[in-house]
Amino acid sequence: MENKTFTISVYSENNVGLLNRISGIFLKRHINILSLNVSESEIETVSRFIIVVDTTEKWVQNIVGQIEKQIEVIKAFYHVDEETIFLENALFKIESSLLFDERQIQNIIKESNSEIVTVARDFFVISKSGKRSEIEELYSKLKPYGIMQFVRSGRISISKEKMEISALLEELKQN
Amino acid sequence: METNKISGAEAVIRCLLAEGVDLVYGYPGGAIMPVYDELYKFKDELHHVLVRHEQGATHAAQGFARATGKVGVAIATSGPGATNLVTGIADAQIDSTPMVCITGQVGKHLLGSDAFQETDIIGISTPVTKWNYQITEASEIPEIMAKAFYIARSGRPGPVLVDITKNAQFDLLDFSYEKCTAIRSYVAVPKLKLKKVEEAAAIINNAKKPLIVFGQGIILGKAEELFKAFVEKTGIPAAWTILGLSALPTDHPLNVGMLGMHGNYAPNIMTNECDVLIALGMRFDDRVTGNLETYAKQAKVIHFDIDPAEIDKNVKTEVAVLGDVKESLEAILPLIANKSHDDWHTKFKELYKIECEKVINEELAPTNGKGISMGETIEMINKHSKGDAIMVSDVGQHQMFTCRYSKFNQSKSNVTSGGLGTMGFALPAAIGAKMGMPDREVVAIIGDGGFQMTIQELGTIFQTKVPVKIVVLNNEFLGMVRQWQELFFDRRYASTEMTNPNFTAIAEGYYIKAKKVTKREDLDAAVAEMLASKESYFLEVMVEKENNVFPMIPTGASVSDIRLS
Repeated sequence: MENKTFTISVYSENNVGLLNRISGIFLKRHINILSLNVSESEIETVSRFIIVVDTTEKWVQNIVGQIEKQIEVIKAFYHVDEETIFLENALFKIESSLLFDERQIQNIIKESNSEIVTVARDFFVISKSGKRSEIEELYSKLKPYGIMQFVRSGRISISKEKMEISALLEELKQN
Repeated sequence: METNKISGAEAVIRCLLAEGVDLVYGYPGGAIMPVYDELYKFKDELHHVLVRHEQGATHAAQGFARATGKVGVAIATSGPGATNLVTGIADAQIDSTPMVCITGQVGKHLLGSDAFQETDIIGISTPVTKWNYQITEASEIPEIMAKAFYIARSGRPGPVLVDITKNAQFDLLDFSYEKCTAIRSYVAVPKLKLKKVEEAAAIINNAKKPLIVFGQGIILGKAEELFKAFVEKTGIPAAWTILGLSALPTDHPLNVGMLGMHGNYAPNIMTNECDVLIALGMRFDDRVTGNLETYAKQAKVIHFDIDPAEIDKNVKTEVAVLGDVKESLEAILPLIANKSHDDWHTKFKELYKIECEKVINEELAPTNGKGISMGETIEMINKHSKGDAIMVSDVGQHQMFTCRYSKFNQSKSNVTSGGLGTMGFALPAAIGAKMGMPDREVVAIIGDGGFQMTIQELGTIFQTKVPVKIVVLNNEFLGMVRQWQELFFDRRYASTEMTNPNFTAIAEGYYIKAKKVTKREDLDAAVAEMLASKESYFLEVMVEKENNVFPMIPTGASVSDIRLS
């Protein structure tokens, strides 16, 4: 079986220690987590993990089964890229003088659909949301001018299909 | 107006009592002292057994749980007390044993400060617990304890660890206890789908050469009677994993023996001949399946289990019936046809005959001039116990002989460390089994290696006067490893030969009656005397040094490549 990128979504209670429990499931199988994001979900008190891994479908099934087995996990799913809307966020910190000295930078910002989130005396910050490839493209365009700091978030994703968890979550919402 | 307030430590005891616990195993220390102070006050209602090492507390709690079906409880202090529990917790996790461990922890204000005897037992125990939780406020105690017991015993059982900071033990709370019956994020028992039951029944009814493989799920699900009815109605030969052993009586005509690496010849061979493989409450462990690439590929596999994560984990199923095994069997029984599969059974009998000629007869009654065999010792115990004893085995060759040759009339009678293979398990587990089932005979079968891993629990036996029978099968080797060295490492016996102490003198040092048998003619009387003893008894049997356990499926080989020699 060939390796593929899978996005694992986990709906869980918001409890101390659960992250450790979930990451341990990957550790035990010697699988590297490519990206991890934890946030609130559409339901108050329910957290949502988005975990991206590169592995086989057999392993991802096994892992999702083990994740779902954890007491505080409500439900876990996995998807391939085609089944989800996903993006990442990146921030670029650039020297302020460049914004005025290098006209080209303004074009790069415009063309890449990124935005300037702050401008200070010494630096400004560009924010870019999108696919990994778009962020990488912007990175390579800005690099020649000098990037003072760069950071990219984990993947966030939403499934195209309605998740079978919706009814269950609706129930939790009402309780 | 705060008269209803009690301390967190007292609350812990009241929670245990509310859960029906009357026996706990443990070892005191600084961070758990408030709880021990309450144990002292409640000693008439809650009996605490002082073990000699915290690992012994977990194994004793496991032995208690396995023999009774109830939740075992172990208590330890923080730091080394807590880390010493880990082996037993891991053992309980892999063998699905319901256990609640309570550990003391440094005060909340000291957490993360590397305080004296502080250790991150939550972090350490996470991969080996079904659930764990650190209580830092006294008010959390009732709800968390209720959850701990519910999680430990419900669904597929397992170990739970509750770590309680010292301040939470001292602080006061308004106590009221409500048993936990549901957790919104936890489905203890998946809802049975009748459609799946019907599909399974149709395949079973059309099977020409079906084989049942069953595990501990039958015992944990308290489904022994229904399972027997299922086996008898379908007429299908049934083989067991070592944790499934004793769920079906040994001499039941449809019981065809043990699966896996040192299992019986017929069920292993026939796994790769059957057209339908019906698995109940078992998880296709690698010691059962051998090489998965060649495991039952010709068969349609039906898997009954309570744990969705086990479905298709190792073996791809045709039909998975998820749910409580009792409920599933109740549903399927009216749908299955009465059959006998006589021709198919004949094949099992033929293979059993071969195994008897090549292995079993010589093992149970050696004629080769060699010393006492492990198999004949077990057979001698069968003769005197009549199959009514609880057999608690440690890990190694003697364990395989115990499982292969012990006779069992009733369920929950085989207590052994299956999944983790923990040497040192048997002695403390036997203590727990005997205390849980005081009216039954409990015999621990231990090798000379494993015995020395938890030998200090002889002190617990002496102090509590628990009348367990201890048999050490002494071959002066770590026998199972030596067997592998003989077969796969050109007889390079690296660190497997043991120079042993005078075991009977050690037992006598603990004031336990002891005897050593070196000659075959003395075995019968010694076993009789041991089983007749009203008190604990230690029997050392010097067995042939370099005997091997056969049959054997070498690691990575197919179940049908099982070797008889």
